[in-house]
Amino acid sequence: MNTFFKDETFRDDFTFQNSPEAVARFPFPYWEDKYMYSVNMEPHVKAGAPGSVYEFPIDIDEHYVSDMRDRALVLAEDPLRCQALPHMMSAQWDVLELLMISMAEAYPKHFTLNRHGDEWHWINRPLRIEDKFRFGDATTLPYEPMEYITRQCQGDFSVLDQRENNLWMDAGIATSQADWSLDFDIGMNFMEWHGPVPLAHEIGVFDRALKFLLNLQQGKPVRRLNWTMTINPRLDTSPENYDKWGIDRCAVTPENVGDKVHLRVELQALWRLPRSNAMLFSIRAYLLKMRELVTNPDWARRFHRVLKSLPPELADYKGLTRYRDATVDWLAKYDDGKPTPTGFLLK
Amino acid sequence: MTANMQRVRVARVDDVAAGIKRFELVGLAGQSLPMFSAGSHIVVTMRDKDQVWRNPYSIMGVSEDNGYVISVHSSPESRGGSRYMHTKVHVGSELDISEPVNLFPIVHTGRKHILIAGGIGITPMLAMLDELKRDASIFELHYAVRSPEAGAYFSDLMSETGRSIRVYSSDRGERIPLAAILSNQPLGTHVYVCGPQRMIDWALEVADRAGWPEENVHCERFSSAPPGKPFDVELRNGTVVHVGEHQSMLEALEHAGVDAPYLCRGGACGQCVTRVIASDSKLVHNDHYLTDEEKQAGEQIATCVSRADGGCIKLDL
Repeated sequence: MNTFFKDETFRDDFTFQNSPEAVARFPFPYWEDKYMYSVNMEPHVKAGAPGSVYEFPIDIDEHYVSDMRDRALVLAEDPLRCQALPHMMSAQWDVLELLMISMAEAYPKHFTLNRHGDEWHWINRPLRIEDKFRFGDATTLPYEPMEYITRQCQGDFSVLDQRENNLWMDAGIATSQADWSLDFDIGMNFMEWHGPVPLAHEIGVFDRALKFLLNLQQGKPVRRLNWTMTINPRLDTSPENYDKWGIDRCAVTPENVGDKVHLRVELQALWRLPRSNAMLFSIRAYLLKMRELVTNPDWARRFHRVLKSLPPELADYKGLTRYRDATVDWLAKYDDGKPTPTGFLLK
Repeated sequence: MTANMQRVRVARVDDVAAGIKRFELVGLAGQSLPMFSAGSHIVVTMRDKDQVWRNPYSIMGVSEDNGYVISVHSSPESRGGSRYMHTKVHVGSELDISEPVNLFPIVHTGRKHILIAGGIGITPMLAMLDELKRDASIFELHYAVRSPEAGAYFSDLMSETGRSIRVYSSDRGERIPLAAILSNQPLGTHVYVCGPQRMIDWALEVADRAGWPEENVHCERFSSAPPGKPFDVELRNGTVVHVGEHQSMLEALEHAGVDAPYLCRGGACGQCVTRVIASDSKLVHNDHYLTDEEKQAGEQIATCVSRADGGCIKLDL
């Protein structure tokens, strides 16, 4: 019905690619020629630059329909990718409300939400979904509220309960994750699920981040960018399916870097949820092929330098070690040694 | 980080007990107010000529026209804010309020919840009561007042008295039998205390003696900034701001046009904690956020409730 949404795959024949417009709006995450952790949070304000991934609180792009089809495939094989502990029901409704309102306000052509008190009517045109339901009554929806709406919204989500001066991963959905498992992390607290991250604990990143997040206010969401790399445009790089994708890391050759190696940037946003005092953490992944990345000379230069100078612990943690050298060599021909401008290089 | 503000109109004012008024606040022109979780407060900004006060008040519930309900106790020690609410705010008055902030939430994993309220400390408990009833949770509320006339919503709650709700009036010699209540509760029970400082201290001590784990005991401790000797604050750019006897440091900074961070304005959240670069007098810490060691070290101060004992302090602002 709409040619904006592409028909493509994130598995098997991997037909995913970005249009030139999608390349131009890619959230390139490096503001200097090297990378180290920081508590790099900023307000996730409405009305970012038109056309950018920051324009609306929830970004829906040309990959939406295929992305949601891939999510449904993952959930059909493994229902544990979506879980919510029993005390999280009011947080689930908070999530449904936030996502539906954001999507309907930002993209009225695609989504419509009519509300009369607790009687809600939701229309999702790209996915051909229409449902009437009673807000607060989970029996009136085909899935529990969080699963219902996140099957229709790009990005993985975790919902964090706040108690004992900590955050607890007590609900979520993860079908397009960079090698972490909701089924493993569910019920863990902030320090526990960040346990495996190297270097960052020592420099106090998580203590500061947690303190900041515990005070996160309603109506003042924040965001940060995180990144890793993925071989093939595969959304589901989960520990559960490591046997299917881990071996791809050995398949990178000097000839196929441009097509096979992807920069994977996560736009992560956090919202305080009003009814439950819980927090929504959205992890929206954007993939960019190396041959797409080098169409921007500033990105090409900078990414070459970032990847070359990355501390080995971080390269290991991000799973880049096996193909980092091949990628750095491939990128070298796009680095003319000129200085790159400081800042995020976003258009 | 300062809070988002929203303008509201006072839709209704009621006297509910000696020195306590109940206010209903609604959005302007039918604008709806944000949802909130039980235990949340808002910071109300009050302006009178060139004076500005910002006080936190717990949201008690939702009015018939979807407004927020708060109660204000006009204390004799008021720095002006609650007296202003009592004398200058009427139906139709407009006020600015922050988004709701919750520093006193219900623990949703709790198997049972015991609410202990004293005096005006009943206000957050009324919202909690609504939520616990809605979720069909197991709970007890124990509410103590000096006398039925001085206790807001005392008679309302008295009519609900039963196994879950108990009221006590000290002029009748009644006291919350806290030791008995806390000595025999099922695993997974949480207790929440809101009231005068000495009641909170007493409840924490009784819970501790009964062997309660710290993480199951919760209290709402809003202090208002106590008065003290006047002093000066020097900022990084050399500006000197004078803090009067009855002013809080944060209020004086705001009055001088400094955009200082704050959230709860009651010494609970830590948002306003600022580095002290130098001080020529003793720091008087009145917050509940810094640890005893941090207070002793004297390198940080919560500008909302703490002050210097005269003299001048230099802040990293």
